[in-house]
Amino acid sequence: MSKNKQTAGHKGAYSSQKKKEGEGRSCIRYRCGLTNTIQDVLNQRPGWVEVKDDGDWDFNWCDVGWLRENFDHSYMEEHVRISHFRNHYELTRKNLMVKNLKRYRKTLEREAGRLEASKCDFFPCTFVLPSEYHIFVEEFKRSPGSTWIMKPVARSQGKGIFLFRKLKDIIDWRKDGTRSEEQKDEAQVESYVAQRYIENPYLIAGRKFDLRVYVLVTSYIPLKAWLYRDGFARFSNTRFSLSSIDDQYVHLTNVAVQKTSPDYDPEKGCKWQMQQLRRYLTAKHGFETVQTLYKEIDNIFIRSLLSVQKTIINDKHCFELYGYDILLDQDLKPWLIEVNASPSLTASSQEDYDLKYRLLEDTLHIVDMEDRLTGKEKRVGGFDLMWNDGPVHTDVGLETLGSSCLVANTHLGCVNDRQKQLQQLLKPFPGQKRT
Amino acid sequence: MRKAQVNWEKRILKSLNSMCTELGIPLARKRPVPEQNELTNKWNEMGTDEPDLSKFRPVYAPKDFLEVFVGLKNPNNERSEDLTVRSHWGLIQVSLNGRDIPQMREMYPELGLTYGQLGIDDHTHVPPDLFESEHIHIGKKVVSEQDSAAAQQYSRQGCPTGLRAQLWSLILNTTNDPEAITHYEQLKARVIHHDLLVDNLIYKDVKLTASNDDYYFVFEDYLYQVLLCFSRDTAVLEHFNYNCASPPKSCMQSKSGSEQCAVVYPPNGVIPFHGFSMYVAPLCFLYNEPSKLYSVFREMYIRYFFRLHSVSSHPSGIVSLCLQFERLLQTHLPQLFYHLREIGAQPLRIAFKWIVRAFSGYLSTDQLLLLWDRILGYDSLEIVAVLAAAVFAFRAENLMEVTSLASAEAVLADLSTLKVMPLLQIFLFATSV
Repeated sequence: MSKNKQTAGHKGAYSSQKKKEGEGRSCIRYRCGLTNTIQDVLNQRPGWVEVKDDGDWDFNWCDVGWLRENFDHSYMEEHVRISHFRNHYELTRKNLMVKNLKRYRKTLEREAGRLEASKCDFFPCTFVLPSEYHIFVEEFKRSPGSTWIMKPVARSQGKGIFLFRKLKDIIDWRKDGTRSEEQKDEAQVESYVAQRYIENPYLIAGRKFDLRVYVLVTSYIPLKAWLYRDGFARFSNTRFSLSSIDDQYVHLTNVAVQKTSPDYDPEKGCKWQMQQLRRYLTAKHGFETVQTLYKEIDNIFIRSLLSVQKTIINDKHCFELYGYDILLDQDLKPWLIEVNASPSLTASSQEDYDLKYRLLEDTLHIVDMEDRLTGKEKRVGGFDLMWNDGPVHTDVGLETLGSSCLVANTHLGCVNDRQKQLQQLLKPFPGQKRT
Repeated sequence: MRKAQVNWEKRILKSLNSMCTELGIPLARKRPVPEQNELTNKWNEMGTDEPDLSKFRPVYAPKDFLEVFVGLKNPNNERSEDLTVRSHWGLIQVSLNGRDIPQMREMYPELGLTYGQLGIDDHTHVPPDLFESEHIHIGKKVVSEQDSAAAQQYSRQGCPTGLRAQLWSLILNTTNDPEAITHYEQLKARVIHHDLLVDNLIYKDVKLTASNDDYYFVFEDYLYQVLLCFSRDTAVLEHFNYNCASPPKSCMQSKSGSEQCAVVYPPNGVIPFHGFSMYVAPLCFLYNEPSKLYSVFREMYIRYFFRLHSVSSHPSGIVSLCLQFERLLQTHLPQLFYHLREIGAQPLRIAFKWIVRAFSGYLSTDQLLLLWDRILGYDSLEIVAVLAAAVFAFRAENLMEVTSLASAEAVLADLSTLKVMPLLQIFLFATSV
């Protein structure tokens, strides 16, 4: 990155602490723009010190707003790390993700044929509005009676989303007739996407749920991505039925929306750990079926990342922890709903806090400011290396495999014995004795 | 024993009747047609109903039940207040036969150190070749041959998650044939037509227990669908043939008002208590067709669960289990038992709630199912008592340091991280005798 005029407060570390050969830094200065779990993780990490507004930093966990305003004016030394890629929105804004995925699919079809391209069919039919309005209408008319969902491209937590079955509903909307006051206040025309609604979601005890999975990307070129073993299923508080598409509490499973549902009981909690879900599905459908399902979920992560590989500005200072939202349908096919660049790190319960704490701790282990990794690891704590410029396979002894089939190195929803693994893997922090 | 059971039954029934009079709600009434229709529509989502349950109290809770047999004493036995090595230190003062560890090692050889187990040998660091793959392979064969006896034997080493539902069905001889489905539909019709006072007790229990559980809250609707039907299932009355309890009866006014006849109430003879729904909740993990879930639950109830809340001398009965637990503790952890007794924390007072529910709601689901595999495999609840003792043994060090009942409860409050099979194995096979 070229060096620009330094504005106070946006400096990366100029660093008078040059790294000695072979030694990790003894003191890491961090900036943190959020006040939730990540604060605790950074605070409690040995040797890490928080710096306030104007100071130099070695590490910055920033929010996307800060990034937008400051990234281009910051000079960062080689060792400095920041928690977002400059143009992450290519993956996380719904309209751009659709565009990138469609283009990637076309390329794949041209180069590798239909079958290979069909592996990208994990995204429900989507159109960007208003630009693709006319082709959307064509598709809409081709499937009468189907339900569609309208989502604003840049909002989160379920805001602004509604379902519709009749063109009339959105024609009215288009004419500003039914938009809420809040939406009318928007200065510019906001883009929306219209997406085919999945009408046959997989239900557990009559309730709809979606999955939140965490993927860490440390580089796009070459693509290096890690998958976290923990995650959770978020349940809708009410029973699923297509008869009331106005009841957004039924259809949206974000915790933020559920919290305002009249049924919501915070004591109840509406999440299952990923391990719990995996066990439930295995009990219902058998080991092989669930194994296949999780392989298909892996495929979603990899393809979506590959589709933006050439668009995202690769930068060795950047890493990003994505929150993927996945929905299962009744045939146990996984669908990608969206990718979040800033998955919520606020905890809804003690269990949730512990999960996010572990997740963030392991993220920092992989970012490795302390220089304790060799770079050849396939697993760090709860993260398994999923893609390293190519698929990654587990180190399974050849005798145990009858054929020469390779096993993918992902373990979503499996046992996360990270403590033990970390003890064996990592040297203690400088100044800390091994426990 | 019989006398105690009779007295207990009288007490419960009296409590039920007084609740009925107090609240002015009939024990049973026919539903008006609009209400019937509403219930039919809402059948799959009864959990969304929010009836006013504040006036209902559970008829009894496990601790009330414990008091019943704490007081049991054989009038023929000499009673001395001195605490000697030969006296029994626990709460249960009835002398029933029980097994000691050497005898249990012979009873449960498959739990031994030389046998592979699910719950131990399927752990991540153990290569699947050593046990797991072969065990799963055998399991598939057992299922395909529909061999009930083999399934029972097989279950002693644990059922793989993907095969458990079918294996348990085999062991319990439940099928999902048209007869079973029809029977369930008939029960459902009975629920729609009549409203019972106990329905409210069921609602309350589900809301208080399963709905607040992190794992089971999802299954709330299934629990209603099973338990409401269960109360109306007169086929359950058959189990009273081998249960020393008898079904509670209530007087029904005939239409003319002149005669009264005693009918069993509720129709299945089982009055639900606080925590009853937890017998059903773990099964929701395995079965999601209501009629299937229902059949399996009913079978589990009439074979095992009923023994956990009736006073009898059966070796799998709750009194025997409690006594077994105390004996094991006194024999193998005498220092701990003595210490707890001295600080006013009788171990049974803490362990009772685990035993009454066969640990449902206290262990994590996967561990619970591994435990219930063995209950089915050995056709006995004894293993529940052994596990209770093993838990105390596991936390003995911490328990030795506590100085009050409250702190002892705190040490044993959270069992969700325990792994049951290693605990059982160590207790049975690695304790010196």
